[in-house]
Amino acid sequence: MDYSNFLTMREELSLIAVMVILLVYDLAASKKALRYFQPVACVLFGIHTLLNIVPGAAAESFGGMYQYTPMMGIVKSILNVGTLIVLMQAAGWLRREDTVHKRGEFFFLTLTTLLGMYFMISAGNFLFFFIGLETASIPMATLAAFDKYKRQSAEAGAKYILNAVFASGISLYGMSLLYGTTGTLYFDDMPVAVTGSALQIAAFVFFAAGLFFKISLVPFHLWTPDVYEGAPTPVTSYLSVISKGSAVFVLMTIFYKVFAPIAAQWQGILYGVIVVTITLANLFAIRQKNLKRFLAYSSVSQAGYIMLGVIGGTAMGMTSLVYYVLVYMVSNLAAFGVIGAIENRTGKLTFDDYNGLYSTHPKLSLVMTLAMFSLAGIPPFAGFFSKFFIFAAAAEQGYYVLVLIALLNTIISLYYYLLVVKAMFINKSDAPIGAFRSDNYTRISLAACSAGILLLGILSVVYDRISLFAYGM
Amino acid sequence: MEIQMEYYLILGAVMFFAGVYGFITRRNLIAVLISIELILNAVDINFAVFNRYLFPAQLEGFFFTLFAIAIAAAETAVAIAIIINIYRNLHNIEVKNLDELKD
Repeated sequence: MDYSNFLTMREELSLIAVMVILLVYDLAASKKALRYFQPVACVLFGIHTLLNIVPGAAAESFGGMYQYTPMMGIVKSILNVGTLIVLMQAAGWLRREDTVHKRGEFFFLTLTTLLGMYFMISAGNFLFFFIGLETASIPMATLAAFDKYKRQSAEAGAKYILNAVFASGISLYGMSLLYGTTGTLYFDDMPVAVTGSALQIAAFVFFAAGLFFKISLVPFHLWTPDVYEGAPTPVTSYLSVISKGSAVFVLMTIFYKVFAPIAAQWQGILYGVIVVTITLANLFAIRQKNLKRFLAYSSVSQAGYIMLGVIGGTAMGMTSLVYYVLVYMVSNLAAFGVIGAIENRTGKLTFDDYNGLYSTHPKLSLVMTLAMFSLAGIPPFAGFFSKFFIFAAAAEQGYYVLVLIALLNTIISLYYYLLVVKAMFINKSDAPIGAFRSDNYTRISLAACSAGILLLGILSVVYDRISLFAYGM
Repeated sequence: MEIQMEYYLILGAVMFFAGVYGFITRRNLIAVLISIELILNAVDINFAVFNRYLFPAQLEGFFFTLFAIAIAAAETAVAIAIIINIYRNLHNIEVKNLDELKD
């Protein structure tokens, strides 16, 4: 066997190295040495991020099972940065008495899911894709159930694992029908045999339903609010950003490559799904009282916007999708960072608790405001530019009505995003959340997110750099 | 006498939709898990049958079946662990009691 094949898997190898070092450290180190676990883990993962930040040349190994394009390198780097921020935001939660002894497990499980997402992104074969998908979703269920003695967390874990396995089962049934009609599992060989017969369309629908579950598009979104609310906040932010971002990119690459011959059919399906997703999620988001649940519905509707980049099937669609994922990541992580910091100290999570937050926590309120403005798409923050590009990509292909519906929904979403801002700045409260000093990890991560929100839109070099490597159908 | 491929596929389809039906209607978490196993096993049958009848020259389908069985086992292990945790917290595993998180 030719072991040089492994050299093309640079990102995966360095991530596995980080995982093994952390696992041995957690098992072997004395109690005193374990005090430095958090900083060591963050620095190691930071080094891994820096090492892989420059995308390599396109390559494939193991007979086309594993594929690598510079675009995949960029997406993996984006996921790395997001994971680093999540790991830093988890520091406060992992210092608590009931979780501190499980800190090593949290890191190992999180990085395992990240490894699965790498495999999923780089897959060139349905078998490899399926293994990556499951490597990403099985440890995720254990993460959702991480607070073992909390009933909500256990419930979230159960709902996640049952829904995830059900979704992958449906997806697998689609894959089996695809295999039966085409005789291959390789992404490269399959398009030739995809003719658009009735069985293949059915197979496609089954397959896509499984992926829609992962991205939580309506009507496959029912697990999302429950799991997001019940899971520990760092896990929720990881789930909403990293897991979703990778699944979206994978869906796009598979649709572009494998299902290109039946593009007319999947564009029709996607059209309906986008309209329903954005509208329903917005309407449900308005009536939420719990901030985590509210952000869950917000992330469902954002997923609908992201799909606008897929529907056109162009290189511009791909660029704007990856850019949207990046911007959505920093905005959402900023919001979850603030929520996590406050929940960790006070346990408060509803809109009413946030009344008058500005008087005691001006900085946190400011970061939260930035995040909400960016998610709603108000210029000059990054969210405006990402929405603009993704609308432009869809409009360029003639989806004017769709873009109009999306635009109208942006106005609805503005209402509920501003409700948070109103609670913090305008609503009066007799007993606002008391003042406390956040730890340095939270401060650094929130500063990084704010910088991202402010700069990503203005610095055009980011978009240009992504567009260099984009490709269309 | 050799059995036609169609009969296997019908068996797979029936198992698959029985699993989907069970997933939606069962009231017990273990029964829900069993329904999911039905779905996964229907897929395994499909892969093996397609490989054996249509593309016997290569073994892709059989390999997929092997991997799918292994992964299904891992999933079941995690799901059972989580269900045991539910039992510790709630002292039963009825789906209708998982109602703390809802709109």
